[in-house]
Amino acid sequence: MHSTRRHFMGQSAAAASALAFPLVGGAQPATIKIGVLHPVTGALAYSGQQCRLGALMALEDINKAGGIKSLGGAKLEALLGDAQSNPQAGTAEIEKMNEAGVSAVVGAFASAICLATTQAAAKYNLPHVVDVGVADQIVERGLKNTFRFGPGYKKCAEVAVANLHVLNTAAGKPARTVMIVHEESLFGTGTANLLSRELPGYGYDVKEVIKHANPTRDFNNIALRIKQVNPDILIPANYYNEYALLVRTLQQQKVTPKAIFSVLGGAASSYKFVKEFPDAANGIIDCNHWFNPKDKRSAELRKRVEAQGQFFSYEVFMSYTAMKLLADAIDRAKSTDRAAIIEALGKSTFSDHIMPYGPTQFVNGQNMGAQPLMTQVSKGDIKVIIPRDYREAEPVFPMKA
Amino acid sequence: MKDLGAIAVFVLLVGLIPFCTDSGVTLNFVMTALYACLLSQAWNVLGGFGGQFSFGHALFFGTGAYAQAIVQMQWGLNPWLALPLAMVFSAVVGALVGGASFRYGLKGSYFALVTLACAEVFRIVAVTVPFTGAGVGLMLPLRESAASMQFGSRAGFVWLMLGLVALALLVTSWLKHSRFGAYLQAVRDNEDAARAIGVNPFRVKLAATVVSAALMGAGGAFYVQVFQYIDPGIAFGPHTSVEALVGAIVGGLGTLWGPVLGAVCLHILADLTRNLFGALPGINMVIYGSVLILIVMLLPSGVAGLGRYNPLRRKSTKVPPE
Amino acid sequence: MLDFDILFPSVLNGITTGAVYALIALGLTLIYGVLHIINFAHGAALMVALYGVFFLKEKLGIDPYWALPIMVPAMFVLGYALQRVVINRASHGKDENILLVTLGISIVLENLALILFHSDTRTIETAYTLQTVAIGPAMIALPKLVAFAGALVTSGLLLLVVQKTDLGRAIRAVSKEKQGARLMGIDVDHVYAMCYGLGLVCLGAAACFLLPAYYVNPQVGSGFVLVAFTIVVLGGMGSFSGALLGGLLIGVVESVGGLLLGESLGQIGIFVIFIAVLLLRPQGIFGARA
Repeated sequence: MHSTRRHFMGQSAAAASALAFPLVGGAQPATIKIGVLHPVTGALAYSGQQCRLGALMALEDINKAGGIKSLGGAKLEALLGDAQSNPQAGTAEIEKMNEAGVSAVVGAFASAICLATTQAAAKYNLPHVVDVGVADQIVERGLKNTFRFGPGYKKCAEVAVANLHVLNTAAGKPARTVMIVHEESLFGTGTANLLSRELPGYGYDVKEVIKHANPTRDFNNIALRIKQVNPDILIPANYYNEYALLVRTLQQQKVTPKAIFSVLGGAASSYKFVKEFPDAANGIIDCNHWFNPKDKRSAELRKRVEAQGQFFSYEVFMSYTAMKLLADAIDRAKSTDRAAIIEALGKSTFSDHIMPYGPTQFVNGQNMGAQPLMTQVSKGDIKVIIPRDYREAEPVFPMKA
Repeated sequence: MKDLGAIAVFVLLVGLIPFCTDSGVTLNFVMTALYACLLSQAWNVLGGFGGQFSFGHALFFGTGAYAQAIVQMQWGLNPWLALPLAMVFSAVVGALVGGASFRYGLKGSYFALVTLACAEVFRIVAVTVPFTGAGVGLMLPLRESAASMQFGSRAGFVWLMLGLVALALLVTSWLKHSRFGAYLQAVRDNEDAARAIGVNPFRVKLAATVVSAALMGAGGAFYVQVFQYIDPGIAFGPHTSVEALVGAIVGGLGTLWGPVLGAVCLHILADLTRNLFGALPGINMVIYGSVLILIVMLLPSGVAGLGRYNPLRRKSTKVPPE
Repeated sequence: MLDFDILFPSVLNGITTGAVYALIALGLTLIYGVLHIINFAHGAALMVALYGVFFLKEKLGIDPYWALPIMVPAMFVLGYALQRVVINRASHGKDENILLVTLGISIVLENLALILFHSDTRTIETAYTLQTVAIGPAMIALPKLVAFAGALVTSGLLLLVVQKTDLGRAIRAVSKEKQGARLMGIDVDHVYAMCYGLGLVCLGAAACFLLPAYYVNPQVGSGFVLVAFTIVVLGGMGSFSGALLGGLLIGVVESVGGLLLGESLGQIGIFVIFIAVLLLRPQGIFGARA
């Protein structure tokens, strides 16, 4: 984190010195201001800071590679904002960024904050690239300025259910009963609702849906219930802390379902979790945001992030690619005018990225190519198992016969 | 009366701001500052004038917010009709909670804690029942127009909130000068003595709770109109409860302008610090917390008590906590 | 659903979880009972203690239980200093000011932790973290059993201090009749600070017992504050045995409530009890002092 800050300062200095040299063509600005808005304090501080890390690394890379070529190599300059883990602060920051003359905003991680910030930005026709925010309402309100590169939770739930069926069928249908454990707020409840609706259609029996608070101090009760219901498959959908505590408790209570199959599982595809609890994590399957493992640049980016002492979590690469998407659009717009950038984003076919989305195609602000990947923890590492195009390891399903 | 004049001047000056500037930052700041004022004024009615400190004022805020959303989305009413209804719902909750608490003689910390507990109960219920959207919350559909109380520019919201703040100021002024207000303050200062002279403490405190709740509910309804999303955490969580009481206490309890001054000062402080040292998150809040402590240390009667502050008296007022 | 095989472990889990709650509440009830302040900084202080235990393990390899003799005096010093230097000076004796000061302290502590220790969640691994002990049909985590024993011992010790020592006598005198105590020559400010220090000592102990089964990050304290308040009220403000038994009871209510109503709605049991006690028996189950 610290070196990012120093590096960013270095970039700013370079950008400032570029001001001394007028560009050919005259009317272009020497730096292009981009708002980088995340909840870096408050309850979501960890995720917000990881997002900011990804965004700033992308900015650094773009500038190092020569900036925005169609604007004479103009560099991107980040205007950092703190959404303080609530929509009010996020909105206030959008106002500030707007007045500081940003050409676009990347942010704001949490769905509730994104709902407010995209709307505030829409008043000024300010392009807003949503880096994570999985609630589908964000892109369903007809706001022309909002673009989400990654998938929403509806897509994640659909992919998860379909792939669960594929895995189960390929293994001879050993699993039929399912239990869902989800956190009580927007993403957990929304995901659980979708799963409960879709699963029976594929022939699965949803025996129980358990909702828990954030934070939950103790999972022994839930572990007991899981032991009692004894589902074939356990589907958790919650944030990192609760996911980790749940899985550790299951390990301690020796509760072993045939498979732990997460959908947007907070710790299920987290290098941090795998490193700290390799035994508990082993075999867990997740349907979550993931990078393209076949693209060498992913591994390089991962190494760089880890060299800074941070984990290569989904917030980092989601934000990184969101920034890259934006830079590509600015380049094609050949202008820092907001309306031009929005138009360029809308027509974007950006494909030079490390996500498994293929060429970009936005419909009503949602990238149609966006998809989550299925990963599984094996031998202390996280490997992609589905779809086949990105497969790194054969899926092991079920974990226990 | 002097107070009415001051209120009129205040309303006029603030009302003119949207005509003097187009700046989104300024208008947004004024809007959220006024919003913070309303919350603190609402709390002040019960806390400052009534002496009953509530730690769970979010209870009324959340009720108003959910009412505003549900009345519009599920009953199809116009938001301008929904707003007074939201205030009524909050007032009813205030009556129930206040009534039960005071009927059982709860005072001081006990009252504070029971309001805290009620807010938490409502939060848990809101997470569970379907008509609040449960954990997913409620999203107000985007329908920008003055008729649907979703103003294109912040100016509309500034005036709306100014109206509500003016209402709260008038109510507070009435408390300062009316017989009811005198009874309320008498109960605050010495409940037994008040009873002895014929005041009914229960009825007085209950009325204050109802008024305080209604104003807080208006704040909640306003929040939903501006941010268009409400969930149990935002509605009933401690954040709003704290915001309400901090502004009132820092500003000066039981005064007319105290909550306004306090809310505005804290709002400026929060805004100034938010992007200080932007690259190192957390420093801003450390500064905010430290300044809060300093304010209390140096201005024990709040900002509004500045006029009464006499540095020469400090040495001798080192009274230990009661 | 309610057969013995499920109910029994659930109750035991509740008791062991409740033991930690009780420790946290012990500090709060001491601070409230004597200083009559609702300590908003309690959650943040717990967080500081947890970080202390974490770093002792992480950097110096000291096991959390062996960290007790370090954490206890450290938290005492922190508490004494906070009360003497900050809270006492800033509040000028007004209740509402004390409230704001403790609130300010909690904001500062939480964000200092954010700056210094960053936002990620930290956990520790010890040889016994995953061990369980079989009691009938229940498999109870070993750290939780230790926490239970620890809570009993700590409250016992605290009770001893308050009943038998000079400090304890001074504390009781001050909490009953402050002016009189001052007239008898008791340094009230010093006693207040000692009390606050003792209150944080309980948090230090709680942290040592809690971390093996939990985690720490800058916001971790806020999850325990409401529960702690509930227990203080349930047990009777200022009563140690009340805090202990109240903690165990709340732990069981939370556990069984979760079993019956679901983990999310089950939390309501705690607060319904809270409200009921406040309305019907505000001095708490064991409160002698009304």
